Amino acid sequence: MTTAPAARESAVGTARTRVEGRDKVTGAARYAAEIPFAGLAHGWLVLSTVARGRITSLETAGVLAMPGVLTVLHHGNAPRLNADYIGLLGVPPDPTCVVFQHDRVPFMGWPVALVVAETPEQAREAAEALVVRYEEEPHDTAFTRDRPDAYPVGGRMPAETRKGDMEAALAASAVVVDAEYTTPEEYHHPMEPHAATARWDGGRLDVVDSNQGATWIVGELANLFSLDPASVRVRSEHVGGGFGSKGIRAHQVAAVMAATHLRRPVRVVLTRRQMFPLAGHRSATIQRIRLGADTGGRLRALEHRSLSHTSTVHEFVEPSTGATRVMYDADAHHTANLVVRLDLPTPTWMRAPGEAPGSFALETALDELAEKCGIDPIELRVRNEPERGPVSGLPFSSRNLIACFQEGARRFGWADRDPRPGLRREGRWLLGTGTAAASFPVMALPSTAAVTAEADGTFTVRIAAADIGTGARTALTQVAADALEVAPDRVRMRIGDSDFGPAMIAGGSMGTRSWSWAITTAAGELRERLVPGAGIPPEGITVRSDTTEAVGALAQMERHSFGAQFAEVAVDVTTGEVRVRRMLGVFAAGRIINPLTARGQFTGGMIWGISMALHEEAVRDSVSGGHYGADLAGYHVATHADVPHVEAHWIDDPDPHDPVGIKGIGEIGIVGAAAAVANAVRHATGVRHRSLPIRPDRVILAGTAGAGADAGAGAGARAAGEAHA
Amino acid sequence: MKEFGYQRASDVSGALALLGADAGARFLGGGTNLVDLMKAGVERPSRLVDVRGLPLDRIEPTADGGLRIGATVTNSDLAAHPGVRSRYPALAQAVLAGASGQLRNMATVGGNLLQRTRCGYFTDVSRPCNKRVPGSGCPAVEGEHRNHAILGASAHCVAVHPSDMAVALTAFDAVVSYRTGDGPGELPLADLYLPVDGTPHRETALPQGALITAVTLPPAPVAALSRYRKVRERASYAFAIGSVAAALDVRDGVIREARLAFGAVASRPWRARAAERTLTGAPAGGETFAAAADAELAAARPLPHNAYKVTLMRNLVVAVLTGLTEEAAR
Repeated sequence: MTTAPAARESAVGTARTRVEGRDKVTGAARYAAEIPFAGLAHGWLVLSTVARGRITSLETAGVLAMPGVLTVLHHGNAPRLNADYIGLLGVPPDPTCVVFQHDRVPFMGWPVALVVAETPEQAREAAEALVVRYEEEPHDTAFTRDRPDAYPVGGRMPAETRKGDMEAALAASAVVVDAEYTTPEEYHHPMEPHAATARWDGGRLDVVDSNQGATWIVGELANLFSLDPASVRVRSEHVGGGFGSKGIRAHQVAAVMAATHLRRPVRVVLTRRQMFPLAGHRSATIQRIRLGADTGGRLRALEHRSLSHTSTVHEFVEPSTGATRVMYDADAHHTANLVVRLDLPTPTWMRAPGEAPGSFALETALDELAEKCGIDPIELRVRNEPERGPVSGLPFSSRNLIACFQEGARRFGWADRDPRPGLRREGRWLLGTGTAAASFPVMALPSTAAVTAEADGTFTVRIAAADIGTGARTALTQVAADALEVAPDRVRMRIGDSDFGPAMIAGGSMGTRSWSWAITTAAGELRERLVPGAGIPPEGITVRSDTTEAVGALAQMERHSFGAQFAEVAVDVTTGEVRVRRMLGVFAAGRIINPLTARGQFTGGMIWGISMALHEEAVRDSVSGGHYGADLAGYHVATHADVPHVEAHWIDDPDPHDPVGIKGIGEIGIVGAAAAVANAVRHATGVRHRSLPIRPDRVILAGTAGAGADAGAGAGARAAGEAHA
Repeated sequence: MKEFGYQRASDVSGALALLGADAGARFLGGGTNLVDLMKAGVERPSRLVDVRGLPLDRIEPTADGGLRIGATVTNSDLAAHPGVRSRYPALAQAVLAGASGQLRNMATVGGNLLQRTRCGYFTDVSRPCNKRVPGSGCPAVEGEHRNHAILGASAHCVAVHPSDMAVALTAFDAVVSYRTGDGPGELPLADLYLPVDGTPHRETALPQGALITAVTLPPAPVAALSRYRKVRERASYAFAIGSVAAALDVRDGVIREARLAFGAVASRPWRARAAERTLTGAPAGGETFAAAADAELAAARPLPHNAYKVTLMRNLVVAVLTGLTEEAAR
């Protein structure tokens, strides 16, 4: 070690462009579907064209005779898989990825066969020519408010929490809000579609994939194919976006199955259209919130009930009331997450699962309460700031929500706001502003890392982390540099390879925190091992870490990031057009490692919130039970023209119990963003929109406050049926 | 996907010959719609005859003071042309309201006119569609039709035509020139698109194997004061849910001439002739504009989930005509 620590500046906290940026913009970075293999064959999935029923026949003979076709795998000839296990994330596999095991079809787009051919074009043509016959059964895809078959579902949190006497507290409240909010099916399609290549190499299964955690996928494949995990290697060096969608999916399993069957490398890539049923999504939600408060806006009663849907084959809950258990307290406090099983594809984690739709409902309801009480929405939140976890009773590790609101209000110019709706006009546009709170849990999971001091004075870090476009590779380089007390250009960060040892996934906003913990631990031990002046052997000196014990020793507390969202919108009620003019978010989200990429994470989430508020909605055809317009022309996200001036700021908020002070920033940017936009639409027009997205037709039909009632689900009124559309 | 042949034509007669030699062949312009449909399996041509290199890429004045636009002029070049911008501004605005810069650089005028509907049932080969498979049914009538037709549809098909450009061209009485092996021909754009009736798969009146060679805009002084306004579900890069191309000649507060066409409400660009009749000779003002919109929309037959379009189109007509009147007064 020759570096003088005193002369070195901290890398953490400085803005850095991505260490792999040059490779990405020059095309040198290869993504999963681009890496060449000798003898590569190509698989194409065949998906069901009925929403429920049974496969009666697959007419494979003609297809097998088509040019280049090597095999057709289906339930009649596929090897049996083992689905009886609990994976890394604590859940059994979604049967959607346990392909070709039986003749049942539980939803439109269920994988029924894989056609493998010499070229992708031949495979696709043959797959499209494959005749599959079904015995079709009536399907049930109706997502409605009062499903008698809905039931509470837990998961990473209890299904229900309850304290106090709700009806008594409501009856005693001077002000009551009782409203229903709906959000539609939403899809998280990264630019890079799902792709995997599987091959057997020297007795090991080698999978080149695009995923959010190599360790995760190794575990799933080893279980499914009854293999020793040590004989499975998964690599995922560059990932073009994930957002929760890139876990174990049908394409990886089908590729492994075909590579095993054919004894040659097989690649399976999903098309955009195939991703709709196969890559997961956010369930639609129907949420009811009842608030009771005194005239000063202090909550006496808070009830939040959320219904989401899952498939008939796998239980997944969109836990929309989770944040309600953290944000606000009341004498009577009741939350419940319910699920109904429908003949629909299985949902999954999508950026801020639970918090995103839940915050739309809760933070809109708070805005309604503020208006009813005649209190500024920020002041209302100040008055309802809890001292301890409202449900858990645990102390907060830190809670800087009000500081975010104060800083945001100052930057946004909130103090000048006239709260009365429908007053500001600029040409054909009505103008309004809105705000909402945000929170997201702070978590960490055990990881391992290896740090090597190389003979040439550089360092190599190996960790099975995933950079899904967030800048994690760069942030980890900065963390490692500080832990090693060297400049970042002396650190080589190698990630995305399961052979580097078990590590947490890129998910739950806990990737960078979990990985940094392991890296700093190993780096610290390595520095102790390095003797100043002594030589380093040619193979280097390597220290490994495992944070299982340290992470497990964290005390039980309410650990969260917080934020305040602000939006200004313009609405033309004659054409239904809604345009966001500016957004501003202030976050208390732990120590910020790289301000450049962190800002991208925050603003990316906020822009997603604009999409959620105004555009995103998968349309389901009630007759067939399938998607309508299942592509990015039919499923709208915000374009550049929809994204105005978006500002993200943060306040100093290092986590007191993390070695680096990290909390996690991947998801909080979307939380509350849609509510801020919807609250601004209310302020502009006087109409409360309680169903997302706030589409032109909904705005036109709702008109203005003078012309009629509120839009959307409303206070015990109509339109739950619209939620699933 | 199906394997296909590809040939590049260098002159019109060569293109016609190449197409005529293969019953499964299709002309390829910018490919911005056809190639997508090939990927989706909706179009399965055996051969593509690329006509983008044909010498039809000029915009020239006609003897009578109009403009003749070659069929392979790109959308970008059309929108940027000084004569289009000054004399038919609604046309330039319509083109720029469509697609993205990259797509407009590829897309051609001839191809734009012949693009297919974006109805989600048409583009999904696993679903019935009378336009794609005659007689298979129209799921949109009972299913998803929020952005489907309110005018001129039938029980067999409620899809809308997606073009913005064609709406403005329709308002300005454009004429389509084409060539077949038998020689040249012409069709008013208003007659290019066939009524839906019971045959939604028959979309145009072009003879078999015809190649569009040009679109001619007759002189239209009224078009100098014209507007195209498009409403869509996001600010850019989406098809219209309703659009209006309008031109007004107002003198002394009286409408001497009006042109009005609607987009995204019918299987073709919808020339609003009933509205034009109401406008002509009437005083320019909100009441007249609303009456004109009502006259046209009296024929609207909305489905359960697209009735908002009637309100939208009425509001749009009033807003666009009001704006034009204000501009005329300046």
